[in-house]
Amino acid sequence: MMKRLGLYAALILGAIVFLYPFLWMLSATFKPELELGGFHLIPHRVTWENYRLVFTRIPIIRAFVNSLFVSATATTSVIVFGAMVGYALSRLSFPGREIIFNVILFTMMIPAQLTLIPLYTLIVRLGWADSYQALIVPGMMSGFAILLFRQFFRTIPPSLIEAARLDGCSEWQILFHIVMPLSKPVITTVGILTFMGIWNDLLWPLLVIHDRRLMTMPQVVALFSIGGLAEARVGAQLAAATLLALPIIVAYAFFQRTFIESMATTGLKG
Amino acid sequence: MSFPYVLHFLVFGAYPLAFAFILIFHRWNIYLPMKWIGLGNIRFLIHDALIWKALWNTFYFVLIHVPSQLVVALAFAALLNRHLRGRTLFRAIYFMPVVVSGVVITILWQQLYAQDTGLLNRALTAIGLPRIPWLTDYRLAMPSIALMATWKNVGLYIVLFLVGLQSIPRSLYEAAALDGASEWKQFWHITLPMLNPTILLVLILSTIGGFSLFVEPYIMTGGGPANSTLSGVLYLYKQAFFFNRMGYAATIGFFWAMMIFVVVLVQRKVVERDVG
Repeated sequence: MMKRLGLYAALILGAIVFLYPFLWMLSATFKPELELGGFHLIPHRVTWENYRLVFTRIPIIRAFVNSLFVSATATTSVIVFGAMVGYALSRLSFPGREIIFNVILFTMMIPAQLTLIPLYTLIVRLGWADSYQALIVPGMMSGFAILLFRQFFRTIPPSLIEAARLDGCSEWQILFHIVMPLSKPVITTVGILTFMGIWNDLLWPLLVIHDRRLMTMPQVVALFSIGGLAEARVGAQLAAATLLALPIIVAYAFFQRTFIESMATTGLKG
Repeated sequence: MSFPYVLHFLVFGAYPLAFAFILIFHRWNIYLPMKWIGLGNIRFLIHDALIWKALWNTFYFVLIHVPSQLVVALAFAALLNRHLRGRTLFRAIYFMPVVVSGVVITILWQQLYAQDTGLLNRALTAIGLPRIPWLTDYRLAMPSIALMATWKNVGLYIVLFLVGLQSIPRSLYEAAALDGASEWKQFWHITLPMLNPTILLVLILSTIGGFSLFVEPYIMTGGGPANSTLSGVLYLYKQAFFFNRMGYAATIGFFWAMMIFVVVLVQRKVVERDVG
């Protein structure tokens, strides 16, 4: 009994350590600057001044739309092309199949730091600096996504595909009308991993986007915090951070199980 | 069906990779023609005190971050790996910082760490202890960032360890219990050895994370004080962005990739030798 109590005490202490800072952040965004040093979570006096400053100083709504557009486009592409290549690698035989498979394994071993600068210079020379293409196109395909699709498609009974072929379905029809509807788990996993990765990324947008109208949300929030625009007002910086965190936290609240299971598959990379 | 991938790989994968090896031997600011300088960049790198500083900072970060990550994640995974009320809720709470952008976490912790108004120092002074200069002392800034990174990422490793724990056959513990092995002994002689693949995975993932450190020093400290939080990627970014030195930035990227290879290789060898 004592042991059980100690166990729960440790778990609850852990929960406070991980949850309290987020709750404090949320409450701080409604506090006037003088109240910020306090530990209390209910502001004595509620103010909207912090949010007003964020919305008037930085193009946060535009940045939100940019981030949403870029993340959604790239994620859709990663899913569609990932499924296509994954299907080809697992269910079709064609010359060069093994080569492509090995190329994918090879690309996954290369640290991103090695190709970061050459990729950036390529974007500049294509004339894509300060454009949506710069944010979307390099991330339109993912070797890891292809491998996840390939692995999942291998579990689909071959007889199902054979039957469809005999009925005269083309490979495209088989993929998009028979295989994909059976593949919701892997689509969700790839979707969550890709979307989160792009939504949260800061380094790449910092390199290729300098025009404020095209900046992504993490970029705008980071620059707001380190530049002078927040007038060193902590509450406003936290308000911007809260707005950035909100969409992912809301999604997480509804699908936390899926999120956790998807993220755990990053373990497969190693 | 594979053609789009091949095309994409050639343009955005193979070409940058090949071009990296050309850039290393050139001086280039993107706007003017490239200038061949042979081993100039590499010679400069060897004598560049800042890149060695960044490497040392990274080792320092990894040295604090990885062990604390392993211990905390394993402890919470062991606590959660039983029949409990609210197990999924606890797991979901610990995992929350993992899904939130590093930008948010860093802005939040910057306030927690603040010298006069920060919550941590307020808590310390409330119980009569002196303030800690978390981010302003050059000896403490990197450990502070490592502590924050552990808080952010540990939820992922708790989940990975839980997966590992659940794959250990129950019969092993039953046999050990019959032989009278204490719970602690069982942990030491069954759980730890069986978790070896997960430990290696966590070790490698968190080390690569350490070598990719960028957002935290970029927002929190700008690499200071006295370059004590300058990371390899932050230095690379500064060389490319502020000085337009593409050749040298690419050389740093190459050097950094080599370091990652070497460190991961050494870790693999050491952990695999330990298994025997």
